[in-house]
Amino acid sequence: MGRVVITGAGSINPLGASVAETWAAMQAGRCAIGPMTFQDSERLSVQIGAQVQGFAPEDHLTRAELGFADRFAQFALASARQAVAEAGLAFEGDLAARSGVVIGTAGGGLTTSDEAYRAVYAEGKNRVHPFTVPRLMHNAAASLVGMAFGLQGPSFSVSTACASSNHAMGLAFQMVRSGAAPVMLAGGAEAMLCFGGIKAWEGLRVMSADGCRPFSADRNGLVQGEGAAVFVFEEYEHARARGAAMLAEVVGFSMGADAADMVMPSVEGAARAMAGALSDAGLAPEAVGYINAHGTATAANDRTECAAVRKVFGAHADRLMISSTKSMHGHLIGATGAVELLACLMALGEGVIAPTAGYRVPDPDCALDVVPNEARAARVDVVLSNAFAFGGLNAVLALARV
Amino acid sequence: MASAVADEIIAIIARQAMLDPSEVRLDMTLDELGFDSLVLVEALFAIEEKFDVSVPYNANEPDEADFDISSVGAVIAGVEALVAAKA
Repeated sequence: MGRVVITGAGSINPLGASVAETWAAMQAGRCAIGPMTFQDSERLSVQIGAQVQGFAPEDHLTRAELGFADRFAQFALASARQAVAEAGLAFEGDLAARSGVVIGTAGGGLTTSDEAYRAVYAEGKNRVHPFTVPRLMHNAAASLVGMAFGLQGPSFSVSTACASSNHAMGLAFQMVRSGAAPVMLAGGAEAMLCFGGIKAWEGLRVMSADGCRPFSADRNGLVQGEGAAVFVFEEYEHARARGAAMLAEVVGFSMGADAADMVMPSVEGAARAMAGALSDAGLAPEAVGYINAHGTATAANDRTECAAVRKVFGAHADRLMISSTKSMHGHLIGATGAVELLACLMALGEGVIAPTAGYRVPDPDCALDVVPNEARAARVDVVLSNAFAFGGLNAVLALARV
Repeated sequence: MASAVADEIIAIIARQAMLDPSEVRLDMTLDELGFDSLVLVEALFAIEEKFDVSVPYNANEPDEADFDISSVGAVIAGVEALVAAKA
């Protein structure tokens, strides 16, 4: 089986409009969560979120693309352009014919749906925009990214709630490793910060009114964000032959299901996914220096995730670092694993561990080194990225320094 | 005598707990009724819809003082206060 490396990364997220800006914000422990403003947002009981500010889609998309791109697809396209530019790949001939794209998203074109429903239900109109369907479909982002680069290989979308982008990137990894494609663009995109998107979440009563504080004893729920990140997953020999810079090697992936509860996470399921990723990579738990946690700042997730880490890593759990960058960029739902992979690349490539911001009070149920509030310089060789979705679907990636 | 609000709330709780309303006592805790967090969230939704109130309850902080869910009676008292505040 082939080896798989990441040769390009791009992102639009609440912390920044590029990988460099995102890393700078993570290193500063900057929090992008604040008051949310969009149509009808005054009718929400949840008033905070991490919105992408100052994004001008016309700066990133062609006029033809703009007509078909919901906000989530705009984020994906802009991110993919950055990633491919960094990788320095020119997709032509056989490479274009065999390469593809897989983008995770939980909600797809939610803003498009929201606007169309508002028009017909609230405003009594009898007509919606003719491109409503191509804009709202979950695969719109994958299709637009593929069209931008002429990718004719395996291309699709993955939707598994908060694990969507980890599933997408895991599948891309498996396809490149198996030889099904020499290059896959993979990541996630989400734009759920619209009235309907947040109103639906309010009902579950798991959102915080005042901030995202993962692992802190005074945490009181998640805060949503929006954005995208896209990566170039490339077969190692292909990358080496063209002298490409390698940001990290993807060494393992595991996915599984709790098969137990729609919303309550399971220690067993989370532990199996982490252990599975290590086993897939052929690595011992002791090799891991950093875990980018799912860390939603709900009571249930953080307690369960920490127990799962103890179960998998035993005494090594006290030596590794684990942080949740959701404390800074919010929970990007279907895009969250992709943006969080940036923290993994920063750990491996820059030797800087992103902090868990907003941390205030130790919680005995989360007694791990959560890198509270300040980034830390540290050399790590192997990292994990966790995603545990509603519906009990778990997906964990393992990455290593090249 | 139980108020009309109390009867409605007991009916909602009984339906969620799959019990007959006569089996629901005011001193019962939600644990005793077999409520998990999702059942509670559904019951609160039904209460909010019935009385057109907003119940301040965050599943991450079940013990916070905003809304007392320690017993059926406490829930009834809390909703009665919300209904009274609305009038």
